[in-house]
Amino acid sequence: MNPSPILRLSAPMLLWLSFAVSIYVLVRGHNEPGGGFIGGLLAAAGVLFYAIAHGAATARAKIRLSPSVYCAIGLAIAAASGAPGFLTANGDYLDHVWWFVDIGSTLPLGTALIFDLGVYVTVFGTVSALFLALVGEEA
Amino acid sequence: MLIVAPFLIPLLAAIATALLRSHLGAQRTIGVAASAALLASGLALAARTSDGAILVSAMGGWALPFGIAIVVDLFSAIMISIAGLMALAVSIYALGPGAGRRDRAGFQPLFHALMFGVCGAFCAGDIFNLYVWFEVMLIASFGLLVLDRTREQIDGGVRYVVLNLIGTTIFLIAVGLLYGQLGTLNFADLARVAPSAENQGLLAAIGVMLLIAFGAKAAVFPLFNWLPAAYHTASMPVAAIFAALLTKVGVYAILRVFTLVFGHDAAFFGPVFGAIAAATMVTGVLGAAMHYDVRRILSFHIVSQIGYMIVGVALMTPAALAAAVLYVVHHIVVKANLFLVAGAIRRESGSFALGRCGGLWCAAPVLSLLFVVPAFSLAGLPPLSGFWGKLAVIRSGFEAEAYLLAATALAVGVLTLYSMVKIWNEAFWKAAPVGARVRPWTRRERVAVYTPIAMLACVTLTIGVWVEPFAALAHTAAESLLDREAYIAAVLGADRALAEVAR
Repeated sequence: MNPSPILRLSAPMLLWLSFAVSIYVLVRGHNEPGGGFIGGLLAAAGVLFYAIAHGAATARAKIRLSPSVYCAIGLAIAAASGAPGFLTANGDYLDHVWWFVDIGSTLPLGTALIFDLGVYVTVFGTVSALFLALVGEEA
Repeated sequence: MLIVAPFLIPLLAAIATALLRSHLGAQRTIGVAASAALLASGLALAARTSDGAILVSAMGGWALPFGIAIVVDLFSAIMISIAGLMALAVSIYALGPGAGRRDRAGFQPLFHALMFGVCGAFCAGDIFNLYVWFEVMLIASFGLLVLDRTREQIDGGVRYVVLNLIGTTIFLIAVGLLYGQLGTLNFADLARVAPSAENQGLLAAIGVMLLIAFGAKAAVFPLFNWLPAAYHTASMPVAAIFAALLTKVGVYAILRVFTLVFGHDAAFFGPVFGAIAAATMVTGVLGAAMHYDVRRILSFHIVSQIGYMIVGVALMTPAALAAAVLYVVHHIVVKANLFLVAGAIRRESGSFALGRCGGLWCAAPVLSLLFVVPAFSLAGLPPLSGFWGKLAVIRSGFEAEAYLLAATALAVGVLTLYSMVKIWNEAFWKAAPVGARVRPWTRRERVAVYTPIAMLACVTLTIGVWVEPFAALAHTAAESLLDREAYIAAVLGADRALAEVAR
């Protein structure tokens, strides 16, 4: 595999660009189309570019942790986001707790965002694992 | 908080073991502890629901029937308890022969992910979530099945994956049609609106699609071919947990959906289930009779025994459903134990093929005694748990005047005894083949293998000798399965249920 110089040079920038866009999509998912799942896919797409340009091993080193560890961390975040629900009036798991922060206008912050962050990390880990395995196989 | 414990505990265990990738000792400790905690949570739920109470939780605080309902009644609690017991037995057994290789391949996270799906399915309060839990369970089981990455396992695994994907696709299509027809997926809401639905013919057709999907999971006739092909390739702890729980999740889904949602149409589904039950019992036991590999014999016996559980849905009387619940409990314990014993036979004589086994009566007298308990219980000999299970099934058959079904169940019991005696004669009784040499057991292996086998044998004996409390619990569970009004009232609130009764 011999990727073009354009791809090799742009891959690191695309990696950070896709991370930035994915975070934006994650936060935007609060009230508009977007969210953790699609954000995780976008972030993993950046890793895919990087892996095609520089090889699966380099991409694996670039994201530092093993993709399956990202899965476990994401699941842990999502599972933990349900715990505050036990303290609410209903006491049901995953009942989301909200804080309405006043910063000029109201900024609603809730445990739902933490759940979405968990989805984001899990999807990122799962899809990266698939991509890296497939790219590695080709090489 | 208790109601989410059955699936939160395995989830946390799967996460923790996945994070502790290289710390195999810590993974094992967490694995055994989580399994014990799962058993405890199941027993606590059974204690809470033993009077017929139904626990409901709406996750995320969305009002039912739109929110995600987690519903635990006595039947669910019994299934969770028995799943916890199996998880504990298999976690301990998995510390034995082959533990290092298995755990490095990722056994622990996958095992707990499997339990996450299984226990979630037992708690699901709507049919779409049941589908999702099935998927969680299947994905984990695909991984567990090909843990050793041998050609044989991949071959069995591919068949298993393909058949299950077809099954889940049919399930998903049926769920879509059901939603199009009735506008809801919550079990209680479905039970409320199904009897008064306009197009009962279409509803019955959806029921048949669900029956195919669940039947493929439960390995009933004629959808059982994948089971003996796949199970005999898996490593022993995996085969034991599959044998104990995977088909039984299918049976659970059949019992739940066809009492609650299609209970009003029992006149149509009763004879269908009756024919399926009889054919499943007979084909399974005949398949077992012709095989000489311990794992294949046991795999075919799973199929045969599923038939006994389906008799309950065929007759739809309280006695028959109670018999089905009792039979499920007995069968899970006994069947898992036989697979564990098969692993020990392999360890002791070096082979699963009966022709190459022998002399275990002298070489391993304790194992011989421990084999006798589940084997004769499976065949239905008193005073073991299988006797009561079979007695309850057959008696409910005679009471409901389903003589052919009851007679089939009796005859299949005799053939089961034949297979068990065959294993006994070949593996234990006949002289050891010349030149068989086996590596001596380490102390750790012996403890890991014998503890769960003895533990499950004790459970079988306890159910056999002291059956009254178990039968009473099964009866309460069966009555609450048939009491649709109580289920609707518990989930949707009493006023909606009453409005339904008034109408």
